[in-house]
Amino acid sequence: MSDPKSIFLKDAAVTSADAPQRAFIRKALGGYYVNRDLQKARYRDWERARDAAAMAKWSAVNDLAANLEKFTANFERNGGKVHWARDAAEAREIILRLVRQAGAKSIVKSKCMTSEEIHLNDALEAEGFGVVESDLGEFIQQLRKEPPYHFVFPCMHVKREAISELFTQHLGTPPTDSPEELTMIARRHLRQMYVDADVGITGANFLVAETGQISITENEGNARLTAALPRVHIALSGIEKVVASLDDLSVLLPMLATAGAGQPMTCYNTFYSGPKRRDEPDGPEEFHLVLLDNSRTRILADPEQRDSLHCIRCGACLNVCPIFKNIGGLAYGTTYQGPIGSVITPHLRGLKQWNHLSGASSLCGACTDACPVRIDLHHHLLHNRRNAAKENPTWFDRIFHRSFLFVTSRPALFSLGGKAFRAFLPLLKKLPVPYMSAWLKTRDLPEAPAVSFRDQWKKGAGRG
Amino acid sequence: MRISLFVPCFVDQLTPRVGVAAAEVLTRLGHEVEFREAQTCCGQPSFNSGQWDVARPAAVRALEVFRGAEAVVGPSGSCVAMMRVFYPQLLEGTPHEAEARDLASRTFEFSEFLVRRLGVEDVGARFAKKVTYHDGCHALRELRLKEEPRRLLRAVKGLELVETEEAESCCGFGGLFSAKFPMISTAMVQVKGGALLRTGADYVVSSDPSCLLQIGGWLSREGKPVLPLHIAEVLARRD
Repeated sequence: MSDPKSIFLKDAAVTSADAPQRAFIRKALGGYYVNRDLQKARYRDWERARDAAAMAKWSAVNDLAANLEKFTANFERNGGKVHWARDAAEAREIILRLVRQAGAKSIVKSKCMTSEEIHLNDALEAEGFGVVESDLGEFIQQLRKEPPYHFVFPCMHVKREAISELFTQHLGTPPTDSPEELTMIARRHLRQMYVDADVGITGANFLVAETGQISITENEGNARLTAALPRVHIALSGIEKVVASLDDLSVLLPMLATAGAGQPMTCYNTFYSGPKRRDEPDGPEEFHLVLLDNSRTRILADPEQRDSLHCIRCGACLNVCPIFKNIGGLAYGTTYQGPIGSVITPHLRGLKQWNHLSGASSLCGACTDACPVRIDLHHHLLHNRRNAAKENPTWFDRIFHRSFLFVTSRPALFSLGGKAFRAFLPLLKKLPVPYMSAWLKTRDLPEAPAVSFRDQWKKGAGRG
Repeated sequence: MRISLFVPCFVDQLTPRVGVAAAEVLTRLGHEVEFREAQTCCGQPSFNSGQWDVARPAAVRALEVFRGAEAVVGPSGSCVAMMRVFYPQLLEGTPHEAEARDLASRTFEFSEFLVRRLGVEDVGARFAKKVTYHDGCHALRELRLKEEPRRLLRAVKGLELVETEEAESCCGFGGLFSAKFPMISTAMVQVKGGALLRTGADYVVSSDPSCLLQIGGWLSREGKPVLPLHIAEVLARRD
């Protein structure tokens, strides 16, 4: 069985039983809660800030076409070139063409989840182009030949010793358990890559319509080097990243940092305004932007889930999600993990194959409370479940729920059925009853009472 | 006030003492409590499974059952959230929408009803035990109840209320989720249960009997000494 659901069930069963790894992830995110709350406390009113952030994204997305037109006109006026890609294949082709035209021998890339979405590295490598990830976490994941575990903290699951071993194996450096030394090893290795690279590929956090600028947020400075040193800069972004004005970023940038990483601001926030101008000593000669749809317009057409396009990829919903914390990021098998991934992956890759992620939730709602742009995440999981039941009903579900309705629509039958259920419960516990035996593997059921509430009530119970 | 008790179907069959305790507390406060015997299940299992066309007739039935009731009070944040939050969505655009909104405005979770509607915190209970409170997700995030149950518990004579780490973390029940994804659900209750055990409490109290089924079921299987108790059961105690 190699369908996504079977793989998920298999992988999640393994990871959710890995107690030390789960404790490691919980500990890593424990510090996040403290820092986030300290930073939230600096806002005069965090909830009002969420309203403002949600409104900025809502108005941008609600008027997406006009904002994109304005942005692209300004971006090209600044000297950049816009390329539209309907889907992942088109985006890959465009980037490959640009890379070929540049005569690239070496490519350096900063963190860009959209590039994971279109499997860009595989496409570049298949054509013989070497590409090096310059974000430390992504660099580690690239060496591990593993996708990002968390779309903001790609290697949060890897222990320091493992990183040291990895560097020894691939870079020939001596083992160390100092995080600073490990960072310096990667830094020394990557510095030459920026100098050698012909093409730098980045993502984009926001596209500012009023100025035509691309806003990139990072903590390591690697995106600045990736964008500034190579001769050609190619940025890849989903179309939903557009915002109307720089003003919007006055709330979105700090909230991105606080909600996602518990920081007041991310270390580097850079606005890229086009290629090198005649009077400028450095910067890229060419600046391309690939704007990707890849089902985003399909989400736009769904009024119920349109707000999932507000996502600023801060990762807050992953950080607080008990599912994410217990199964880990890799078990999802998606580009975007956690609640937002469970919501949008069915739109990106098909509801039939990916609805199980919407099912794999207790609907606790921690994600929705954490989302800085107020995406109604856990209710969208309910919407996905409903849409899936309508599009691809399973006979088991139909029979199970119809039978349940048949019984519960008839109080006398319900009462009788309840009585039979309670009488036979000790026996049922020993039989392979759907759902019940799954429950009983790890949990007890209470002893069935002799008399139901309704029968006790008839005899006067509860009235003093 | 005449109060119509809304007893979740699994409470009716598996933990009837929760319904009895809720009725006792309300009666003791001088209210007239009724139980409309036509009630069964609110339809949440089907709704959460995406079977909205199955859940809809269940919701319409509940509207009929509780028609005309002054206040509907249920000892479950989850089932009350189904009526309060999800019925209006489920029945949106049907002839039942207006009545669904009306029922939503008349339906209360037990601790919410006592504190917010009746303005009562001390119900005259006595329970000399150390307890910790588990926030059910539906009560906490759909109904926005956090302080109400704690105020009630703090007013219980002899009761020591201790907070737990992970108080707001989901216990992993999630209805059929607990059986469809038992491994994830179990991992979640291990986290929850571990935090509860570290408090040294005698009882874990919640306003949601479904969470208590999960937490209590795991504690029992693991042979741990902490016992699950519904808040109505605590408030009914006078020992």
